[in-house]
Amino acid sequence: MGIEEDKQLILDTLKSKKGKTKFYLKDFNGMFPDRKPRDVKKLVNQMVTEGLLEYWSSGSTTLIGLKGAGKQHDAEDEE
Amino acid sequence: MAKHKTPMLDELEKGKWPSFVSDIKQEAENREKTNVDLQAPKDACSDLLGLLELTYVDKVVHWKHGGIVGVFGYGGGVIGRYCDQPDQFPGVRDFHTIRVNQPSSKFYSTEFLKQLCDLWERRGSGLTNMHGSTGDIILLGTTTPQIEEIFWELTHNLDQDLGGSGSNLRTPSDCIGMGRCEYACYDTMALCYNLTMEYQDELHRPAFPYKFKFKFDGCPNGCVASIARADMSVIGTWRDDIRIDQEAVKGYVGGEFKPNAGAHSGRDWGTFDIQKEVIGLCPTHCMEWDGKKLKIDNKECTRCMHCINVMPRALRIGQDTGASILFGAKAPILEGAQMSTLTVPFMKIEDPYDELNGLIEKVWDYWSEEGKNRERLGEMIQRVGFQKFIEVCELEPDPRMIQEPRSNPYIFWKEEDVPGGWDRDVKEFRKKHQR
Repeated sequence: MGIEEDKQLILDTLKSKKGKTKFYLKDFNGMFPDRKPRDVKKLVNQMVTEGLLEYWSSGSTTLIGLKGAGKQHDAEDEE
Repeated sequence: MAKHKTPMLDELEKGKWPSFVSDIKQEAENREKTNVDLQAPKDACSDLLGLLELTYVDKVVHWKHGGIVGVFGYGGGVIGRYCDQPDQFPGVRDFHTIRVNQPSSKFYSTEFLKQLCDLWERRGSGLTNMHGSTGDIILLGTTTPQIEEIFWELTHNLDQDLGGSGSNLRTPSDCIGMGRCEYACYDTMALCYNLTMEYQDELHRPAFPYKFKFKFDGCPNGCVASIARADMSVIGTWRDDIRIDQEAVKGYVGGEFKPNAGAHSGRDWGTFDIQKEVIGLCPTHCMEWDGKKLKIDNKECTRCMHCINVMPRALRIGQDTGASILFGAKAPILEGAQMSTLTVPFMKIEDPYDELNGLIEKVWDYWSEEGKNRERLGEMIQRVGFQKFIEVCELEPDPRMIQEPRSNPYIFWKEEDVPGGWDRDVKEFRKKHQR
């Protein structure tokens, strides 16, 4: 699979998850069972840089989601 | 005149201890008077006090923790914090924390500290925490639009980077090491700097199951307490003998030199008694003093450092130095606090640190794959067993890894490790062992 297809797979999988908008990196590893976690990490980082995904951090734990998905700070009431 | 009345906080200014309330009030007053072109709210500190007072009244937290704030390309270093009473306290509407990677061993020039304070007065609340528990410089409270500006100034004018937060490598920290200390068994500053540079990706782009901390102690005195706080603790040690200057030992016994280099001198402890204060306190009883000569049975020494600390002029660390490497310390969020477990009894710590890097990467690769979400390395080692962990590290079991026989950890033989496997010739066996 090419990089673009991998990215599409990630986007499609995240969009298909109903009611959940933030994911652990391990959830991404699950989408590519044959790849090393380090390669999946690189792909996810690239997608964050491109603005397709975004990090969410509690300070202690980091989650990753689709850019703009889920509760955003100022938009709590608009959901 | 204070913006908000804070009778409950004022109570915290009473008593003999320094008070953070007084500190915040002082900065709130400064911000009222200053001519600095403030880029963050002038009321940040006074509204912070007002919000805290409200928290005490309501007995409920008014912060919203976490979020999507950060600088471009980084996944850590900024911790989002918002107030849930922004109309009443607009100065702390957003009040994000920034973690800044401290210089190795926390050596600063006054010039640097002035620049840092100027930056934070202008673009933040002016409140800092020097330093946070992990060791970073913590800048408390700024607004979202300021974050990129602060990052630009930090990296361009102060030559300083953000630290780690979230599920990544946290800012590495080290003791003062060879910068000032004769006990340093390796160059902690060089190693701390080198690994910080080597693992920039792991520091800034969160990809671990949870946080991971490196800490570097130059000797077993453990001034950064790596054994209690770091997922990987590197603690300086030596393989040869403690160097003894017998004349200086006599100097201590005769009262010529003050024990502990003159520390604890606030009261009269009586004359120095080497038998009671050094020999008798040796945890492995490996020292002997016959009134003329000090003997140390070095193979029994556990590097507790007590004798060296008491008589630094007479006793010095060995010359074949390196470090012990331990894994798995953590704070008591799950199960309880855990100290690091000795994994590599001795490793030479020399540039380019290939052996250490190899070990780190083996551990990370395994933890990234096998570790559960939010599971610290030490918890994973407990779950999979220490035997599995040393297998991953490609290390042989070593008696030094256990505290005492039948205590921690159990290492079982595997069939491939036993000559001839599990099958045996019963007739041969019966020649020596009757039925």
